[in-house]
Amino acid sequence: MKKRIATVSLAGCFGCHMSLLDIDERILELVKLVEFDRSPINDFKKFRARCDIGFVEGGCCNEENVHTLRDFRKNCDVLVGVGQCAVMGGLPVMRNAIMHSDDPLRECLETAYLNSPYVYNPANDIPNDPALPLILDKVYTCSEVVKMDYHIPGCPPSGDVLWQTIVALLSGNPSDLPGEIIKFD
Amino acid sequence: MDKIIIRIDGAEIKGKPGQTIMQAADDAGIHIPRLCDVEGLEPQGSCRVCTVKVNGRTAASCTQPVADGMEVENDTLEIRNYRRDLVRMLFHEGNHLCPCCEASGRCELQNLAYQLGILQPDKYPYLQPVRPVDASHPDVMLDTNRCIRCGRCIRASIQLDHKNVFGYIGRGINKQVGVNGKNLAQTNVDIHDKAVALGTCPVGCIIQKRAGFFDPIGKRRFDLHPAGTKVEDS
Repeated sequence: MKKRIATVSLAGCFGCHMSLLDIDERILELVKLVEFDRSPINDFKKFRARCDIGFVEGGCCNEENVHTLRDFRKNCDVLVGVGQCAVMGGLPVMRNAIMHSDDPLRECLETAYLNSPYVYNPANDIPNDPALPLILDKVYTCSEVVKMDYHIPGCPPSGDVLWQTIVALLSGNPSDLPGEIIKFD
Repeated sequence: MDKIIIRIDGAEIKGKPGQTIMQAADDAGIHIPRLCDVEGLEPQGSCRVCTVKVNGRTAASCTQPVADGMEVENDTLEIRNYRRDLVRMLFHEGNHLCPCCEASGRCELQNLAYQLGILQPDKYPYLQPVRPVDASHPDVMLDTNRCIRCGRCIRASIQLDHKNVFGYIGRGINKQVGVNGKNLAQTNVDIHDKAVALGTCPVGCIIQKRAGFFDPIGKRRFDLHPAGTKVEDS
Protein backbone atom coordinates (compact mmCIF):
# COMPACT_ATOMS: atom_id res chain seq x y z
CA MET A 1 0.00 0.00 0.00
CA LYS A 2 1.20 3.47 -0.82
CA LYS A 3 2.27 5.66 2.06
CA ARG A 4 0.39 8.92 2.46
CA ILE A 5 2.32 12.18 2.70
CA ALA A 6 0.99 15.60 3.68
CA THR A 7 2.91 18.87 3.41
CA VAL A 8 2.20 22.43 4.49
CA SER A 9 3.90 25.82 4.56
CA LEU A 10 3.23 27.86 7.71
CA ALA A 11 5.33 30.98 8.39
CA GLY A 12 7.70 30.06 5.57
CA CYS A 13 8.42 31.24 2.05
CA PHE A 14 7.56 28.03 0.12
CA GLY A 15 11.28 27.68 -0.59
CA CYS A 16 11.31 24.25 1.01
CA HIS A 17 8.44 23.15 -1.23
CA MET A 18 10.38 24.49 -4.23
CA SER A 19 13.29 22.40 -2.98
CA LEU A 20 11.04 19.33 -2.91
CA LEU A 21 10.54 19.86 -6.65
CA ASP A 22 14.34 19.85 -6.94
CA ILE A 23 14.32 16.06 -6.61
CA ASP A 24 13.79 16.30 -10.39
CA GLU A 25 13.01 13.04 -12.18
CA ARG A 26 13.03 11.14 -8.89
CA ILE A 27 9.51 12.53 -8.45
CA LEU A 28 8.40 9.74 -10.84
CA GLU A 29 9.77 7.16 -8.39
CA LEU A 30 8.21 9.08 -5.52
CA VAL A 31 4.67 8.96 -6.90
CA LYS A 32 5.00 5.18 -7.26
CA LEU A 33 5.72 4.95 -3.53
CA VAL A 34 3.53 7.64 -1.99
CA GLU A 35 0.24 9.39 -2.38
CA PHE A 36 -0.01 13.06 -1.54
CA ASP A 37 -2.78 13.99 0.86
CA ARG A 38 -3.25 17.58 2.05
CA SER A 39 -0.53 19.60 0.30
CA PRO A 40 -0.04 22.76 -1.73
CA ILE A 41 1.28 20.48 -4.47
CA ASN A 42 -2.22 19.12 -5.20
CA ASP A 43 -4.05 22.01 -3.50
CA PHE A 44 -6.04 19.79 -1.11
CA LYS A 45 -7.00 22.05 1.79
CA LYS A 46 -8.18 19.31 4.20
CA PHE A 47 -6.99 15.87 5.27
CA ARG A 48 -8.78 13.06 3.44
CA ALA A 49 -7.28 10.18 5.45
CA ARG A 50 -4.71 9.58 8.16
CA CYS A 51 -1.17 10.20 6.85
CA ASP A 52 2.08 8.38 7.51
CA ILE A 53 4.38 11.38 7.15
CA GLY A 54 3.75 15.10 7.47
CA PHE A 55 6.27 17.67 6.30
CA VAL A 56 5.95 21.08 7.94
CA GLU A 57 7.69 24.14 6.54
CA GLY A 58 7.86 27.31 8.63
CA GLY A 59 7.14 28.17 12.26
CA CYS A 60 4.00 29.67 13.76
CA CYS A 61 3.43 33.43 13.50
CA ASN A 62 -0.40 33.53 13.62
CA GLU A 63 -3.28 31.53 15.08
CA GLU A 64 -4.08 29.86 11.77
CA ASN A 65 -0.53 28.41 11.73
CA VAL A 66 -1.12 26.94 15.21
CA HIS A 67 -4.46 25.36 14.20
CA THR A 68 -2.89 23.90 11.05
CA LEU A 69 0.11 22.51 12.91
CA ARG A 70 -2.10 20.88 15.57
CA ASP A 71 -4.24 19.43 12.77
CA PHE A 72 -1.09 17.95 11.24
CA ARG A 73 -0.01 16.45 14.54
CA LYS A 74 -3.45 14.88 14.95
CA ASN A 75 -3.47 13.40 11.45
CA CYS A 76 0.15 12.35 10.85
CA ASP A 77 2.09 9.45 12.38
CA VAL A 78 5.49 11.07 11.84
CA LEU A 79 5.89 14.82 11.74
CA VAL A 80 9.02 16.29 10.16
CA GLY A 81 9.96 19.95 10.50
CA VAL A 82 11.60 21.00 7.24
CA GLY A 83 13.86 24.02 6.97
CA GLN A 84 15.35 26.55 9.33
CA CYS A 85 12.00 28.32 9.96
CA ALA A 86 10.38 25.16 11.31
CA VAL A 87 13.46 24.28 13.35
CA MET A 88 14.25 27.59 15.02
CA GLY A 89 11.90 30.19 13.56
CA GLY A 90 14.14 31.30 10.71
CA LEU A 91 13.93 34.84 9.44
CA PRO A 92 10.42 35.55 10.84
CA VAL A 93 11.85 34.94 14.35
CA MET A 94 13.89 38.12 13.98
CA ARG A 95 10.84 40.03 15.11
CA ASN A 96 11.07 38.35 18.55
CA ALA A 97 14.47 39.81 19.34
CA ILE A 98 14.83 42.82 17.12
CA MET A 99 11.38 44.40 17.31
CA HIS A 100 11.73 44.66 21.04
CA SER A 101 9.92 47.17 23.20
CA ASP A 102 7.24 46.98 25.89
CA ASP A 103 4.76 46.24 23.13
CA PRO A 104 6.73 44.33 20.47
CA LEU A 105 3.80 43.27 18.29
CA ARG A 106 2.47 46.83 18.03
CA GLU A 107 5.93 48.12 17.10
CA CYS A 108 6.22 45.42 14.45
CA LEU A 109 2.83 46.26 12.90
CA GLU A 110 3.38 50.02 13.05
CA THR A 111 6.72 49.66 11.34
CA ALA A 112 5.18 47.48 8.64
CA TYR A 113 2.01 49.48 7.95
CA LEU A 114 2.45 53.06 9.26
CA ASN A 115 6.00 54.27 9.86
CA SER A 116 8.10 52.73 7.13
CA PRO A 117 9.19 55.34 4.55
CA TYR A 118 7.93 53.11 1.73
CA VAL A 119 4.35 52.76 3.00
CA TYR A 120 1.42 54.33 1.16
CA ASN A 121 -1.46 54.10 3.62
CA PRO A 122 -3.70 57.19 3.50
CA ALA A 123 -6.30 55.67 5.87
CA ASN A 124 -3.50 55.11 8.43
CA ASP A 125 -5.01 51.73 9.36
CA ILE A 126 -3.37 48.53 10.52
CA PRO A 127 -5.28 45.73 8.71
CA ASN A 128 -7.81 44.25 11.15
CA ASP A 129 -10.40 42.48 9.03
CA PRO A 130 -11.96 39.61 11.02
CA ALA A 131 -11.08 37.26 8.17
CA LEU A 132 -7.37 37.83 8.82
CA PRO A 133 -5.78 35.36 11.25
CA LEU A 134 -4.65 36.99 14.48
CA ILE A 135 -0.92 37.51 14.71
CA LEU A 136 0.77 35.90 17.71
CA ASP A 137 2.78 37.87 20.28
CA LYS A 138 5.93 36.28 18.89
CA VAL A 139 7.02 33.67 16.37
CA TYR A 140 7.07 30.13 17.79
CA THR A 141 9.09 27.19 16.51
CA CYS A 142 7.14 24.06 15.60
CA SER A 143 8.45 22.10 18.59
CA GLU A 144 7.21 24.84 20.94
CA VAL A 145 3.66 24.12 19.73
CA VAL A 146 3.50 20.35 19.16
CA LYS A 147 5.80 17.35 19.51
CA MET A 148 7.95 17.07 16.40
CA ASP A 149 9.58 13.75 15.49
CA TYR A 150 12.41 14.96 13.25
CA HIS A 151 13.94 18.19 12.06
CA ILE A 152 15.75 18.76 8.78
CA PRO A 153 17.62 22.10 8.88
CA GLY A 154 18.61 24.10 5.82
CA CYS A 155 17.46 27.22 4.02
CA PRO A 156 16.17 25.40 2.13
CA PRO A 157 17.31 21.78 2.60
CA SER A 158 18.50 20.66 -0.83
CA GLY A 159 16.46 18.33 -2.99
CA ASP A 160 18.99 15.58 -2.19
CA VAL A 161 18.49 16.03 1.56
CA LEU A 162 14.71 15.87 1.19
CA TRP A 163 14.95 12.83 -1.08
CA GLN A 164 17.21 10.98 1.38
CA THR A 165 14.86 11.93 4.22
CA ILE A 166 11.84 10.55 2.38
CA VAL A 167 13.72 7.36 1.45
CA ALA A 168 14.91 6.86 5.04
CA LEU A 169 11.41 7.35 6.46
CA LEU A 170 9.68 5.20 3.82
CA SER A 171 12.12 2.36 4.35
CA GLY A 172 11.61 2.57 8.10
CA ASN A 173 15.24 3.41 8.83
CA PRO A 174 15.20 6.92 10.33
CA SER A 175 18.79 6.39 11.45
CA ASP A 176 19.70 6.72 7.76
CA LEU A 177 18.57 10.36 7.78
CA PRO A 178 21.15 12.41 5.91
CA GLY A 179 23.96 13.81 8.02
CA GLU A 180 26.94 14.88 6.01
CA ILE A 181 25.00 16.89 3.37
CA ILE A 182 22.95 18.87 5.91
CA LYS A 183 23.59 22.62 5.91
CA PHE A 184 22.09 25.35 8.07
CA ASP A 185 21.94 27.88 5.22
CA MET B 1 64.10 16.54 29.93
CA ASP B 2 63.42 17.86 26.42
CA LYS B 3 61.18 15.09 25.08
CA ILE B 4 57.76 14.46 26.54
CA ILE B 5 55.74 11.42 25.50
CA ILE B 6 51.96 11.52 25.83
CA ARG B 7 49.28 9.22 24.48
CA ILE B 8 46.18 10.61 22.73
CA ASP B 9 43.50 7.94 22.27
CA GLY B 10 46.27 5.34 22.55
CA ALA B 11 48.52 6.92 19.92
CA GLU B 12 51.94 7.87 21.24
CA ILE B 13 53.03 11.42 20.34
CA LYS B 14 55.98 13.60 21.31
CA GLY B 15 55.61 16.99 22.92
CA LYS B 16 58.04 19.73 23.84
CA PRO B 17 58.30 21.34 27.28
CA GLY B 18 55.98 24.34 27.54
CA GLN B 19 53.64 23.08 24.85
CA THR B 20 49.95 22.60 25.51
CA ILE B 21 48.18 19.37 24.67
CA MET B 22 46.55 21.09 21.70
CA GLN B 23 49.87 22.34 20.29
CA ALA B 24 51.38 18.87 20.61
CA ALA B 25 48.32 17.32 18.97
CA ASP B 26 48.44 19.86 16.12
CA ASP B 27 52.11 19.04 15.53
CA ALA B 28 51.26 15.35 15.40
CA GLY B 29 48.31 15.96 13.04
CA ILE B 30 45.65 14.99 15.57
CA HIS B 31 42.55 17.13 15.34
CA ILE B 32 41.05 18.66 18.49
CA PRO B 33 38.03 20.95 17.84
CA ARG B 34 38.26 24.51 19.22
CA LEU B 35 36.55 27.87 19.14
CA CYS B 36 38.19 30.39 21.48
CA ASP B 37 41.76 29.31 20.73
CA VAL B 38 43.49 30.49 17.58
CA GLU B 39 47.13 30.44 16.60
CA GLY B 40 48.93 33.68 17.40
CA LEU B 41 46.92 34.55 20.50
CA GLU B 42 47.40 33.53 24.12
CA PRO B 43 45.07 30.62 24.92
CA GLN B 44 42.19 31.51 27.20
CA GLY B 45 40.36 28.22 27.77
CA SER B 46 36.89 29.74 27.94
CA CYS B 47 34.83 27.94 25.31
CA ARG B 48 35.72 24.44 26.60
CA VAL B 49 35.05 22.91 23.18
CA CYS B 50 38.60 21.52 23.19
CA THR B 51 37.88 19.63 26.43
CA VAL B 52 39.75 16.33 26.69
CA LYS B 53 40.16 13.84 29.50
CA VAL B 54 43.64 13.82 30.99
CA ASN B 55 44.27 10.80 33.18
CA GLY B 56 40.50 10.57 33.71
CA ARG B 57 39.85 14.24 34.52
CA THR B 58 38.47 16.80 32.09
CA ALA B 59 40.73 19.70 31.08
CA ALA B 60 40.86 22.30 28.32
CA SER B 61 43.55 21.05 25.97
CA CYS B 62 44.39 24.60 24.80
CA THR B 63 45.63 25.59 28.28
CA GLN B 64 46.78 22.28 29.79
CA PRO B 65 50.58 21.85 29.43
CA VAL B 66 51.88 18.47 28.35
CA ALA B 67 53.53 16.28 30.96
CA ASP B 68 55.31 12.99 30.46
CA GLY B 69 53.08 9.92 30.55
CA MET B 70 49.74 11.72 30.13
CA GLU B 71 46.87 9.54 28.93
CA VAL B 72 44.60 11.84 26.89
CA GLU B 73 41.11 10.91 25.67
CA ASN B 74 40.09 13.04 22.72
CA ASP B 75 37.81 11.40 20.17
CA THR B 76 35.64 9.29 22.47
CA LEU B 77 31.85 9.11 22.65
CA GLU B 78 31.78 10.81 26.04
CA ILE B 79 33.97 13.74 24.96
CA ARG B 80 32.11 14.12 21.67
CA ASN B 81 28.84 14.34 23.60
CA TYR B 82 30.27 17.01 25.92
CA ARG B 83 31.42 19.06 22.95
CA ARG B 84 28.15 18.63 21.09
CA ASP B 85 26.18 19.90 24.08
CA LEU B 86 28.53 22.87 24.53
CA VAL B 87 28.12 23.90 20.89
CA ARG B 88 24.36 23.35 21.07
CA MET B 89 24.15 25.69 24.06
CA LEU B 90 26.03 28.39 22.13
CA PHE B 91 23.46 28.11 19.35
CA HIS B 92 20.56 28.33 21.79
CA GLU B 93 22.03 31.18 23.83
CA GLY B 94 22.38 33.73 21.00
CA ASN B 95 20.44 34.53 17.84
CA HIS B 96 22.23 32.49 15.19
CA LEU B 97 20.33 32.93 11.94
CA CYS B 98 22.58 31.12 9.49
CA PRO B 99 20.42 31.80 6.40
CA CYS B 100 20.96 35.57 6.61
CA CYS B 101 24.46 35.69 8.15
CA GLU B 102 27.47 37.00 6.20
CA ALA B 103 29.69 34.49 7.98
CA SER B 104 27.71 31.42 6.91
CA GLY B 105 30.11 29.02 5.24
CA ARG B 106 33.16 30.49 6.95
CA CYS B 107 31.69 30.38 10.47
CA GLU B 108 33.64 28.19 12.87
CA LEU B 109 30.61 27.66 15.11
CA GLN B 110 28.53 26.44 12.18
CA ASN B 111 31.37 24.24 10.96
CA LEU B 112 31.77 22.75 14.41
CA ALA B 113 28.05 21.97 14.51
CA TYR B 114 28.36 20.05 11.23
CA GLN B 115 31.51 18.34 12.47
CA LEU B 116 29.80 17.20 15.67
CA GLY B 117 26.69 16.08 13.79
CA ILE B 118 24.15 18.51 15.23
CA LEU B 119 21.20 17.84 12.96
CA GLN B 120 18.21 18.44 15.16
CA PRO B 121 18.85 21.69 17.01
CA ASP B 122 15.84 21.50 19.32
CA LYS B 123 17.33 19.88 22.41
CA TYR B 124 17.18 23.09 24.44
CA PRO B 125 14.78 26.06 24.24
CA TYR B 126 15.97 29.05 22.22
CA LEU B 127 16.65 31.96 24.59
CA GLN B 128 16.19 34.60 21.85
CA PRO B 129 17.97 37.33 23.81
CA VAL B 130 17.62 41.00 22.94
CA ARG B 131 21.07 42.22 21.90
CA PRO B 132 22.16 45.38 20.11
CA VAL B 133 23.67 45.92 16.67
CA ASP B 134 26.38 48.61 16.54
CA ALA B 135 26.67 50.01 13.01
CA SER B 136 28.12 53.37 14.06
CA HIS B 137 31.61 52.85 12.59
CA PRO B 138 32.03 53.57 8.85
CA ASP B 139 34.01 50.36 8.14
CA VAL B 140 33.17 47.83 10.86
CA MET B 141 29.90 46.59 12.31
CA LEU B 142 29.09 44.59 15.42
CA ASP B 143 26.08 42.26 15.47
CA THR B 144 26.22 41.01 19.04
CA ASN B 145 23.31 38.63 18.42
CA ARG B 146 25.98 36.30 17.05
CA CYS B 147 28.66 36.84 19.71
CA ILE B 148 29.80 33.72 21.57
CA ARG B 149 32.14 35.58 23.98
CA CYS B 150 35.21 33.69 22.82
CA GLY B 151 37.32 36.80 23.48
CA ARG B 152 39.43 36.44 20.34
CA CYS B 153 38.82 40.09 19.37
CA ILE B 154 39.72 41.19 22.91
CA ARG B 155 43.03 39.30 22.88
CA ALA B 156 43.86 40.32 19.30
CA SER B 157 43.27 43.97 20.15
CA ILE B 158 45.51 43.84 23.22
CA GLN B 159 48.21 41.43 22.08
CA LEU B 160 48.52 42.20 18.37
CA ASP B 161 47.18 45.74 17.87
CA HIS B 162 48.37 47.02 21.29
CA LYS B 163 45.04 48.80 21.64
CA ASN B 164 42.20 48.11 24.00
CA VAL B 165 39.15 48.31 21.76
CA PHE B 166 37.22 45.31 23.08
CA GLY B 167 36.70 44.00 26.60
CA TYR B 168 34.37 41.89 28.72
CA ILE B 169 31.48 43.55 30.56
CA GLY B 170 29.35 41.90 33.26
CA ARG B 171 29.46 38.46 34.83
CA GLY B 172 27.83 35.06 34.42
CA ILE B 173 24.97 34.88 31.92
CA ASN B 174 25.18 38.70 31.59
CA LYS B 175 28.79 38.62 30.45
CA GLN B 176 29.22 40.27 27.08
CA VAL B 177 31.86 41.81 24.86
CA GLY B 178 31.79 45.60 24.95
CA VAL B 179 33.79 48.34 23.25
CA ASN B 180 36.00 50.96 24.83
CA GLY B 181 33.63 53.87 24.26
CA LYS B 182 29.97 54.72 23.76
CA ASN B 183 29.97 52.78 20.51
CA LEU B 184 32.45 51.47 17.96
CA ALA B 185 32.78 54.83 16.20
CA GLN B 186 34.03 56.38 19.48
CA THR B 187 36.92 53.92 19.78
CA ASN B 188 40.28 54.02 18.01
CA VAL B 189 39.51 50.85 16.01
CA ASP B 190 40.79 50.76 12.44
CA ILE B 191 39.75 48.53 9.55
CA HIS B 192 43.36 47.25 9.34
CA ASP B 193 43.41 46.10 12.98
CA LYS B 194 43.93 42.38 13.57
CA ALA B 195 41.02 42.48 16.04
CA VAL B 196 38.51 43.13 13.27
CA ALA B 197 40.28 41.10 10.59
CA LEU B 198 38.43 38.32 8.80
CA GLY B 199 39.07 35.13 10.74
CA THR B 200 39.56 36.73 14.15
CA CYS B 201 35.86 36.56 14.96
CA PRO B 202 34.92 32.87 14.58
CA VAL B 203 31.26 33.78 13.97
CA GLY B 204 29.58 36.72 12.21
CA CYS B 205 29.66 39.23 15.06
CA ILE B 206 32.44 41.47 13.73
CA ILE B 207 31.53 42.31 10.16
CA GLN B 208 33.55 44.40 7.72
CA LYS B 209 31.14 46.65 5.88
CA ARG B 210 30.81 46.34 2.09
CA ALA B 211 32.53 42.95 2.19
CA GLY B 212 29.65 40.56 2.93
CA PHE B 213 28.68 37.57 0.80
CA PHE B 214 31.73 37.99 -1.45
CA ASP B 215 32.37 34.25 -1.73
CA PRO B 216 29.61 32.36 -3.55
CA ILE B 217 28.16 29.20 -1.98
CA GLY B 218 30.48 26.34 -2.84
CA LYS B 219 33.64 28.48 -2.63
CA ARG B 220 33.48 29.59 1.00
CA ARG B 221 36.14 28.62 3.49
CA PHE B 222 34.47 25.51 4.89
CA ASP B 223 32.89 24.55 1.57
CA LEU B 224 36.42 24.00 0.30
CA HIS B 225 37.69 22.18 3.39
CA PRO B 226 34.70 20.32 4.81
CA ALA B 227 34.34 19.79 8.52
CA GLY B 228 36.95 17.75 10.32
CA THR B 229 39.06 16.80 7.33
CA LYS B 230 42.10 18.81 8.36
CA VAL B 231 43.65 20.47 11.36
CA GLU B 232 42.54 24.09 11.66
CA ASP B 233 44.68 26.39 9.53
CA SER B 234 43.58 29.68 11.03
